[in-house]
Amino acid sequence: MKQRLLIVEPSEVIIEGLKSVLESQSRFKLLEPEVSADNLEERILSTHPDVLLVNPTILNKNVSALRNEYNVAVVALVYQYVERDVLKGFDGVVEIRDGRTMIIETLAQASPVAEQHSQNNYELTKRETAVLIQLAQGKTNKEVADALNVSVHTVISHRKNITHKTGIKSIAGLTVYAMLNNLIDESALL
Amino acid sequence: MKDFKSRLFSSESRLSDLITAYPSILSLLTRLGISLGFGDRSIADVCEQSGVDTTFFLLICNVYTFNNYVPSTATILGTDMTGLVPYLEKSHKYYVEKRLPHIERHLDSIAQELNGRIGKVFISFFEQYKQEVEAHFMHEERDVFPHIRALMAGKRDTTYGIDGFLQNHSDIEGKLDDLLNIVFKYLPPQVDDDNVLDVVYDILRLSEDLKKHTFIEEKIMVPLVRHLEKAILS
Repeated sequence: MKQRLLIVEPSEVIIEGLKSVLESQSRFKLLEPEVSADNLEERILSTHPDVLLVNPTILNKNVSALRNEYNVAVVALVYQYVERDVLKGFDGVVEIRDGRTMIIETLAQASPVAEQHSQNNYELTKRETAVLIQLAQGKTNKEVADALNVSVHTVISHRKNITHKTGIKSIAGLTVYAMLNNLIDESALL
Repeated sequence: MKDFKSRLFSSESRLSDLITAYPSILSLLTRLGISLGFGDRSIADVCEQSGVDTTFFLLICNVYTFNNYVPSTATILGTDMTGLVPYLEKSHKYYVEKRLPHIERHLDSIAQELNGRIGKVFISFFEQYKQEVEAHFMHEERDVFPHIRALMAGKRDTTYGIDGFLQNHSDIEGKLDDLLNIVFKYLPPQVDDDNVLDVVYDILRLSEDLKKHTFIEEKIMVPLVRHLEKAILS
């Protein structure tokens, strides 16, 4: 199966350049690029990328947090000055002057991690588990969003993914699931 | 898939042939007012003896059998629908008095194998579901069915209109699917597999049945009532 690649980069010229570089390869499926990192998490939740190729200067979130929460490999796309320490956290670095083969190889090397975690992984992520626990206690989407400091939209996306993985839609059903998996106990129920 | 007619059974076929080909129809017979022991008689014969309209009987059987079959308005209006409301009422009764208690008994015995608190939550999930289903049916029996009976008798009662029906027609199969997932994926290994399988088959069957039931209400009952409402206004 092709790996899903999401480019997060403000420059249209760079995006177009990358597209034409990656066009002829068959390993990656290019998702519609994102020009800012503002709605990145929602975008990740709705499109399930395996690899992010992201401009570190616009990234407003910790790389390891992204990797852990969403099971994606995060590769830096560098054409400006970026501190070396910042780049250390990434799963790979694509330099703007790299050739086609080099770029594809960097992306491919970054993604084995993602490979085992991609769409066939039905284990809930830490974040999804946190959302599930809140929901199972009878909280509304809004209350969960406030408690976890994310948007309601993000909570809804997490819920969709939880349902996709478990096959359970209703809150009552998720509560039973949470109890069976020892995520909550009776005292947590209202 | 337009022409189902060529694949459908005619009223001259033996009822037993229809059932051999599509055993799920067996569960419909009582609800349609037909008892077992019909021997080798044709569908038309059995229907006549039981006082069931043959075209109505075939319409319901076809809907249950062919997943993509949506009867046209012309087919619906060309069918004697007197039997529809009694059929839906009997179906409700069948679900509430037969199927749900049956599943509940299985779940009770599974709950006994679970640790006390989890067993309790498990059972209360089903209790809650049962109450939702009963409330759903109650609304239809109290508001919708009398409305249809009045229309069929040529009377217009102004209190209820079918237009709101679809918006409020809540999904009663969804939670069963949740239950199914919980039961066969997430129960701890100490629960006896035979017990689990028994209830899985029962839930699957009920879920399928309820889907068809919803389909009949939304794709046959609603268009019929719309037509009757218009006819009475003009």
